[in-house]
Amino acid sequence: MVTDRRVEDQLRELAPQVLGALVRRFGHFDACEDAVQEALLAAATQWPAHGAPDNPRAWLITVASRRLTDQLRSDSARRRREDLDAVRDVPFTSVVTDPADGQAPNHDDTLTLLFLCCHPALSAASQLALTLRAVGGLTTAEIATAFLVPETTMGQRISRAKQSIKAAAAPFTLPPPDERDDRLRVVLHVLYLIFNEGYTTSSGPHLQRADLTAEAIRLTRQVHRLLPENGEVAGLLALMLLTDAHRAARTRADGALIPLAEQDRTLWDARLTAEGTALISASLANTQLGPYQLQAAIAAVHNEAASAEDTDWPQILALYDLLERVTPNPMVTLNRAVAVAEVHGPQAALEVIARLDSDERINAHHRLEAARGHFLEMAGQRDAAREAFRRAARRTTSIPEQRYLEGRAARLSPVAPEQA
Amino acid sequence: MKYMLLIYGNEALWSSFSQEDFQQTIAETDAQLAELAKSGELVGAYGVGDQVLAKQVHVDNGVPAVTDGPYIETKEYLGSFTIVDVESLDRALEIAAKNPFARVGQVEVRPLMHEAAVDV
Repeated sequence: MVTDRRVEDQLRELAPQVLGALVRRFGHFDACEDAVQEALLAAATQWPAHGAPDNPRAWLITVASRRLTDQLRSDSARRRREDLDAVRDVPFTSVVTDPADGQAPNHDDTLTLLFLCCHPALSAASQLALTLRAVGGLTTAEIATAFLVPETTMGQRISRAKQSIKAAAAPFTLPPPDERDDRLRVVLHVLYLIFNEGYTTSSGPHLQRADLTAEAIRLTRQVHRLLPENGEVAGLLALMLLTDAHRAARTRADGALIPLAEQDRTLWDARLTAEGTALISASLANTQLGPYQLQAAIAAVHNEAASAEDTDWPQILALYDLLERVTPNPMVTLNRAVAVAEVHGPQAALEVIARLDSDERINAHHRLEAARGHFLEMAGQRDAAREAFRRAARRTTSIPEQRYLEGRAARLSPVAPEQA
Repeated sequence: MKYMLLIYGNEALWSSFSQEDFQQTIAETDAQLAELAKSGELVGAYGVGDQVLAKQVHVDNGVPAVTDGPYIETKEYLGSFTIVDVESLDRALEIAAKNPFARVGQVEVRPLMHEAAVDV
């Protein structure tokens, strides 16, 4: 069945609102979540054929409530328990016309749901999966496809995640103010991971995964709409937009990677760059600096350069210096070394990364060897550079990256002896 | 991140198990797989048929030739493999350590190649 694209977008938009309304009314996050999924599926089947109802949100809430009461009733009958009687007495209309509900779309449970799905009791993989289902409105099958695992595996992961939330007795409210910053950091990290998961596979045989990028941007936009004053939310959204602007230029037709310096910049999406740059400029001027804002600022400097040669490397280096101070970690140091190479030359960059050789968090990582290869090549040490690229290629598990690194090594091969 | 856990062995190893030990090992393996399925980490687990059932395919000038084999003396061959999708290498190693075959031989843990690439 082909679902109308507009219906699908509308359903995804409504999914967290409907789920929020149900959970606030009935509790039972896990059961409500199942009921909302069923209502979404029913809508996806019926609306394109018969047209959307006048009040789509109320329709979904009514159908989901019915499914929920059916389910809870049969559960309670099976277990011979009477504790769900209260649920039976709630007329559907009282859910639809719940006072807090009347204010929609201004009143929105999306944020509360995000906090719940990104609960610290869950593993990162579970946080991602549950966020995509409960807040993103994706089906288990779609999420399973996106992560290349069987549907049963993803189904279990989501069901386990819901059990963990139940076990943690997490309330359906925003976290208390003193925890909110930490919890928001987890939410933003989950959105960032969803974006990366989609962005890093925007080519090759898994084209559908690109949808995750759009989904991450959509969800981050919602968080930005709900927390417009938060600089890190704005920074993350800007970072996603500025990165996504490269999409059309970053891979060849065969899926091979094209590094930033070699991309055809006329293919970059100017609209995304403009939006991302405006967001990050406003945010830098108004709020406290954080790692997403700094990464977005770096991305904005790259995006505004008409050619790789025009890149303002001193500014990028200054931003990396700040980033390393805010979030010291070896991956930031490695990225900073690239800017060092451009500003102070390859020898200085090699000295920066030499310090990482004893850092266990990164010394077996392919990107350290790839960077070393790059700096050695800049320094004219072709043999050593080739060896570094070969080591990097062996250490990566990414197929496109391996192909790219093998290519860099091959480019540095000694001239083949003439055949006899 | 997906990892493949490979268990190698040979006739000598398989037949060194008493009937009782073998049942016990199977029960432990089943219990572990059930646990991994429940946590949403199991992608698949497969026992590999005996070597006598193996076939070799070679294409010569576009003509495929199928032979029985391998008859090359191999000290150890693949007995089974499990694919898991887990949070980290540490978690994959922890799963490998719980496999009963890790006590009698070794469980090899290898990352699976994927289509994802970081931005360059």
